[in-house]
Amino acid sequence: MLRYAIRRLLIAIPTLIVISFVIFAVLDLAPNDPTGNLPLTIDAETRAKIREAMGLDEPFHIRYAAWLNQFFINEPLNIIEKSFDTCFGSTCQWEAVRVPRAEHWAGVEVHEVSDRLRIRSWGTRSEVVDLIVERAPQTLKVVGLAYVVAIMIALPIGILSAIYQYSWFDQIGTFVSMVGFSVPTFFTGLVLIVVFSTMIPEDSMFWLPSVYDTTHEVTDWDSFVYQVRQMAMPVAVLGLFNAAQISRYMRASMLENLNLDYVRTARAKGMKERVVILVHVLRNSLIPVVTVIAIGIPATLAGAIITEQIFRINGIGALLITGIQGADIPLVQTITFIFAVLIVFFNLIADLIYGILDPRIRYD
Amino acid sequence: MTAAESVSNLPPVLQVEALRTVFRTRDGTIHAVNDVSFELGAGELLGVVGESGSGKSVTMMSLMKLLPMPPAEIVSGRVMLDGTDLLTLDDRRMRAVRGGEVGFIFQDPMTSLNPVFTVGFQLMEPLRAHLGLSKARARERAAELLGLVGIPSPADRLGDYPHQFSGGMRQRVMIAIALACDPKVLIADEPTTALDVTIQAQILELIRKLRRELGMGIIWITHDLGVVAGIADRVMVMYGGQIVEHAPVAELYANPRHPYTRALLETLPSLDGSRTARLKSISGQPPHLSDYPAACPFRGRCAHAFERCERENPPLFELGQGHQAACWWDFDTGGPRG
Repeated sequence: MLRYAIRRLLIAIPTLIVISFVIFAVLDLAPNDPTGNLPLTIDAETRAKIREAMGLDEPFHIRYAAWLNQFFINEPLNIIEKSFDTCFGSTCQWEAVRVPRAEHWAGVEVHEVSDRLRIRSWGTRSEVVDLIVERAPQTLKVVGLAYVVAIMIALPIGILSAIYQYSWFDQIGTFVSMVGFSVPTFFTGLVLIVVFSTMIPEDSMFWLPSVYDTTHEVTDWDSFVYQVRQMAMPVAVLGLFNAAQISRYMRASMLENLNLDYVRTARAKGMKERVVILVHVLRNSLIPVVTVIAIGIPATLAGAIITEQIFRINGIGALLITGIQGADIPLVQTITFIFAVLIVFFNLIADLIYGILDPRIRYD
Repeated sequence: MTAAESVSNLPPVLQVEALRTVFRTRDGTIHAVNDVSFELGAGELLGVVGESGSGKSVTMMSLMKLLPMPPAEIVSGRVMLDGTDLLTLDDRRMRAVRGGEVGFIFQDPMTSLNPVFTVGFQLMEPLRAHLGLSKARARERAAELLGLVGIPSPADRLGDYPHQFSGGMRQRVMIAIALACDPKVLIADEPTTALDVTIQAQILELIRKLRRELGMGIIWITHDLGVVAGIADRVMVMYGGQIVEHAPVAELYANPRHPYTRALLETLPSLDGSRTARLKSISGQPPHLSDYPAACPFRGRCAHAFERCERENPPLFELGQGHQAACWWDFDTGGPRG
């Protein structure tokens, strides 16, 4: 298992490099001018100088290598230094030094903190990673909670729907799932806003804010209640969508297992029905569902972009949209690539969980 | 004294009377088991023979109320196990019977064990539920049981998963599970059908040995008359959801009195037969069980069928020497029974 995990991690490296190349290349091919958003009074010569200062006149492979260096070496080093309060290199000068210094570690050039080139957003001029670190908590709070809620709702519903197949409970569950699954989040989101933010008067206890206030801080009971209120709609929208999907998987997987021979064996052994279902059937049924849940995490994070737009949540999604609209290539490249990393990572996690849950899978 | 005689004096452990099971489906009612009555003596091995859909498995599943209800429904009958009618028991007491007093072995050992739990866990489950053994004691007993069914180094194999066992070994594990709580009755539903012939012989031998050592009554469901001949004391032939012939094993093979049994015996390939001869089969289709049988279910495929077979379903006639057959045709006189 450990060997398998390590092997998979090693395979992930070339995969990610290929993905990074594709992302970089595709965005590089896109016709856009980073100076396009600047005032029209700036003349062409100045614009050319700005582009030159950004390194845009370098050939493609140099720019790609520089980006790789920034993403895989400079930024991780920076994150490690920030989070452990240490620094790499001999002088540890946080202020700019006059003579750029660099050391070589295993053939890789490592720059001093002050001299390390970082991925900068063209739009805001600040470091992309810092922007992401700033925005990520908002997204994780809403999307993470929605996903947890979705799982907690979906699993019991899926299990009960399968046990009482074709009962009214199952029929309603099927209907709600179909609705949740087929109606896009931007529609359910708007419907909820229309109902809970406009039709219900603002002094009612059922009124919910349509705009998510990122700056809101929970300090006392009232502010906590407000936080719950402003999270209610985005969590409900995302939760419904994910719960619909997961509960369908759970139901199908349970149904597949309920008629298998080993279930009959468990009953013939005189096991309680509760044990038959919750121990024997559930353990088997969860194997594919857990995989779906794990793989769904990055997909949900990426998919939440739309929900974030509707409720004006200042998360990663909003950041990405701003980046796209402002032709902020480094920002878009980085966020897209982080999503790719998450997908590869959670696929690995899914495989490992699969191996733990199903003893028939042995990776060595 | 033959085996059949030695058991005939013992009181029956299991008595089934006029059992009727139906399936209520969207397309109507299927009469799967129609007025089946039989008994099983302590230590006796009763073979139940019939083709697919003849109701043999459904009968045994009905006894233990293991059928999904609905659609299945036990309409009437009594199943007496040691003086209690199982059909009147509530769920809790029924669970104590299943796996406790009655053990089950199923056809396909590859799918009958739960793939994600260790063999030890699955074997200890009934021990803990029915006998209330502690974990340590259940583990000990589980190892003992695996040893009993002939699995080498049993204590080490408790932690193994079903996929780490071969088909024959898995069936041995199933047998160990069925025997875990020292049942009075063991119901084996085609336990050797899914195994290859050498493994089949080993399992048969194991059952013979266990029966000698433990002395439980066994109901052995099969469609293989050859298997039954070698192991059973009595044989019950089922067709269309009812018993058509019932006799001690030697008597049945020597003197079959139902045209279906005769046809079945004729389909057995013989060792001294011609190599080029085609294997025989019984022509026609098994009956539809959509109506409660008012006529002989075999009439459509029977060479001896006559007018009365269309009109009346023959009861089981007593023919002496414990032989019963449900047929209007009397093979002794070569004419209709009357």
